[in-house]
Amino acid sequence: MDLIAHLPALQVVIPMLSAPLMVLLQPRGLAWAGATVVALVSFAMAATLAIGVLNGLTPQYFMGGWPAPFGIALSVDAFSAVLLLIVTGASAGALLAAKPSVDQQVEEERQPLFYAAWMLAMAGLIGIVVAADAFNIFVFMEISSLASYILIAGGPDRRALPAVFKYLTMGTIGATFYLIGVGLIYMMTGTLNIEDMQNRIGDVTDINPILVAAGFITIGLALKAAVFPLHVWVPNAYTHAPHMVTVFLAACATKVSLYVLIKFDYLVFQSRLVDHDMQFALFLMPMAILGILIASAVAMFEGHLKRLLASSSIAQIGYILLCASFISTLGLSASVVHLFNHALAKGGLFLAVACLAYHYRDLRLDQLGGASTKMPWTCATVVICGLSLIGIPGTAGFISKWLLISASLQIGPWGWFLVAIILLSSLMAVAYVWRIIEALYFKAPVEGVGPQSEAPIQLLAVTMLVAALNLYFGFFPQVPLELATEAAGMLLEGAQ
Amino acid sequence: MIAENAILTAIVVPLLGALLIALGGRFGPNIREAVTAITSISLIFVVWGMLPALIAGERPAVEVSQVLPGLSIAFKVEPLGMLFAALASGLWLINSIYSVGYMRGNKEKNQTRFYTCFALALSATMGVAFAGNLFTLFLFYELLTLSTYPLVSHKGDEATVKSARIYLGVLLSTSIGLFLPAIIWTYTAAGTGDFVSGGILAGKLSDTSVGLLLGLFVFGIGKAAVMPVHKWLPAAMVAPTPVSALLHAVAVVKAGVFAITKIIVYIFGVDFLFDSPNSGWLLYVAAFTIITASVVALRQTNIKRLLAYSTIAQLSYVVMAAAILKPLAEVGAAIHMVAHAFGKITLFFAAGAIYVAAKKTEVHQLRGIGRRMPWTMTAFTIGALSMIGVPPTAGFVSKWYILAGAFEANNLVAVFTIIASTVLNAAYFLPLIYMAWFEKEQEGAKEHGEAPFMAVFALCVTALLTLAFFLFNGPVIELESQVVKGLN
Repeated sequence: MDLIAHLPALQVVIPMLSAPLMVLLQPRGLAWAGATVVALVSFAMAATLAIGVLNGLTPQYFMGGWPAPFGIALSVDAFSAVLLLIVTGASAGALLAAKPSVDQQVEEERQPLFYAAWMLAMAGLIGIVVAADAFNIFVFMEISSLASYILIAGGPDRRALPAVFKYLTMGTIGATFYLIGVGLIYMMTGTLNIEDMQNRIGDVTDINPILVAAGFITIGLALKAAVFPLHVWVPNAYTHAPHMVTVFLAACATKVSLYVLIKFDYLVFQSRLVDHDMQFALFLMPMAILGILIASAVAMFEGHLKRLLASSSIAQIGYILLCASFISTLGLSASVVHLFNHALAKGGLFLAVACLAYHYRDLRLDQLGGASTKMPWTCATVVICGLSLIGIPGTAGFISKWLLISASLQIGPWGWFLVAIILLSSLMAVAYVWRIIEALYFKAPVEGVGPQSEAPIQLLAVTMLVAALNLYFGFFPQVPLELATEAAGMLLEGAQ
Repeated sequence: MIAENAILTAIVVPLLGALLIALGGRFGPNIREAVTAITSISLIFVVWGMLPALIAGERPAVEVSQVLPGLSIAFKVEPLGMLFAALASGLWLINSIYSVGYMRGNKEKNQTRFYTCFALALSATMGVAFAGNLFTLFLFYELLTLSTYPLVSHKGDEATVKSARIYLGVLLSTSIGLFLPAIIWTYTAAGTGDFVSGGILAGKLSDTSVGLLLGLFVFGIGKAAVMPVHKWLPAAMVAPTPVSALLHAVAVVKAGVFAITKIIVYIFGVDFLFDSPNSGWLLYVAAFTIITASVVALRQTNIKRLLAYSTIAQLSYVVMAAAILKPLAEVGAAIHMVAHAFGKITLFFAAGAIYVAAKKTEVHQLRGIGRRMPWTMTAFTIGALSMIGVPPTAGFVSKWYILAGAFEANNLVAVFTIIASTVLNAAYFLPLIYMAWFEKEQEGAKEHGEAPFMAVFALCVTALLTLAFFLFNGPVIELESQVVKGLN
């Protein structure tokens, strides 16, 4: 009981303080071991918090003992518990598997710095999730962004540099927009604490600055969350980053920004701004729909494996946003469940990519021939996670697809149109996933390219574990579902 | 309790078999194929062991897990599913015997994968047969598609992969695009998707919606190959013949028509659908498919493709019989699944045997082959006669029931379709039989005899079953009559 009250703070503090320690762990492999232990501890803490939340607790921590509106508060609710699980889980999973791949891609003397950046990125992402005030969210956002720029550029691929520069530019614009919005709200309400904001916005008489703030914050976060059409930084950043970094960031980085977006829109703006539901839903829904269709179409014709998966991520973000824009319990739970399930599916796929990349220099689809005979287990995990991405029954992806469609059907005749779009994009997902499968299983191997053996066992074992989780949560989705339903209730209650 | 366990065992046995076959592949083909045989025999014991309880009127059911509130994985044995499961499990054994002859005779590669996927497909088939609600049905339906994909693409060359793409593309896109929304719609409208005698949708949907939902189901279940979603079936003929024989004449395609029949009987309810003005179109679509597919079959030059189009037509017999919405016709639909299965598997076995022995795949190459392969061609003839519906073969029995149902409903369209398609069937099968028996072989043709013994043995057994079903169909009809008890 006592411990759980401190967990929100420890969750941030431990990885953050461990970052400088990583630099000191110079001997071979030690930095990796240290980072992995920290990530696992973080995951254990996140799991404890999630269990606590499921048992009805809402752990809060006040820095230095200063009460909420004055001091810095950290809090965990059902929604943030899901995100914590995703962030720490992705980080722990990726790190557990990382060693062979990172050894191949990052020079040994730079590895301690690499893992230090990883810890900072993780601490930043966790911080965004647990921070209860808008300014600290910004601070943590900057920490995580700066650290992830380093991570993405940390590989041997020089093309990562322009990709990072693009990401940096877009990310800075996004963060600045967010900060402008927060500044405007602070000007009008005099508070940064989100809960306090919620109460005080009602007293504001001149609503125009708040409207402008809502616009800035929504756009800024949409940029960071890679919402179509603000996604242009994603494909290159994901493609050229070291493979393990892609696993980590693809599974959680954009989702954390989505989390803040949804939280702000529901808790702060929804109840206080007249017609905000219209502005929010009507603004985001078309972007979500376009994102789903266009990004899926791009993925269908993409020739590079990582880039293909990155495009698919943009489409999947569209799903999450689409459901969030329904402003209904079912829609929001679908959103939150899909956050979780997509992290599983995409994380698994990028892990499998890392396995393949261990033997293949070139990850274009036409170079991957013959993989199935030499790397049967890796290819099997691609199939399972791919099916989950499509939403075949028996996989985690089906659960979110079912909720998505049910939520769409709830909103009346319009819903049928949305159902048609969701199904159409599922079919597009079949097409692009099958392009990968055909490349792995049926293409003739290219002369002189290709593996002689499976990926290292460490990498492969984690990949298979994630694939198994995709199946497990397809049959027993109770935990994420319960958290999601509670989160949806909480968000809508705040919106009342 | 025993019967409840038997349901799960029926699904787990082939699954376990698949695992053991995959392992057994390392110890040589004999072990692997012995495992296959033992698995299929065990499955027969499990499935057929449930029959007495079912005939006594029990309906064992079991719920495995609640995935989402109101959405559970549950199984329930009822006569339609039982018939389907008994049929598929029984024919799997014969097909396994045949496979040994065919695969070895042809020196096929990747045989372990072949037998493994086959067992997986059977597990999925059992799941489809015993599904207690729409969600479970959908789960195993998709699993069946996925587990048969490696079988269709078995050869792995470019043309095969392309055909397999059509196979998977059509089946997955119809099931995700139409079947899934139909299921979710049903759950939303009725609050449940359980298969209940008399249906669950009565009074819950408007007339227009009924027609639309029925359409989503019929075309969403692409495995039933109702036109225009039939293209995958000829495409699937690139698979090794045992796959075409058991899966694309029995398990997969029957899973389709079985699902449609089950949905008509247990989701819509026969009476409800009969009274609904917007359900009549199904009969016409099925009739159209029967006639068109038969005409297309007339023009086929490849034996397996000809059989595929014949299958498309025969599948729509079942759909049409179900769509007549009269008790006798529903029984006819169920019996036709069995009758067609015996006949068509025999025909495919024969086509495969011809390929193994003589490497012949085209219709015109069959001149005089009857003298070289008398057993095979005798079986082929019996199968073909059953397709036409000539006594004393199985095809006659089911046609009789469907016709009786059609007359009962005063449905002249159905009557006419049956007559016309019988003529068409005769038109494409009889010349072939005549050619095989009475025309002279080309000079200098390859010397060959019968296919390997295992293959010939299997096709003789199924030919005998085709004949036997004409005489001993009583228990089946009795069992299936339970489905429609209390209907008018």
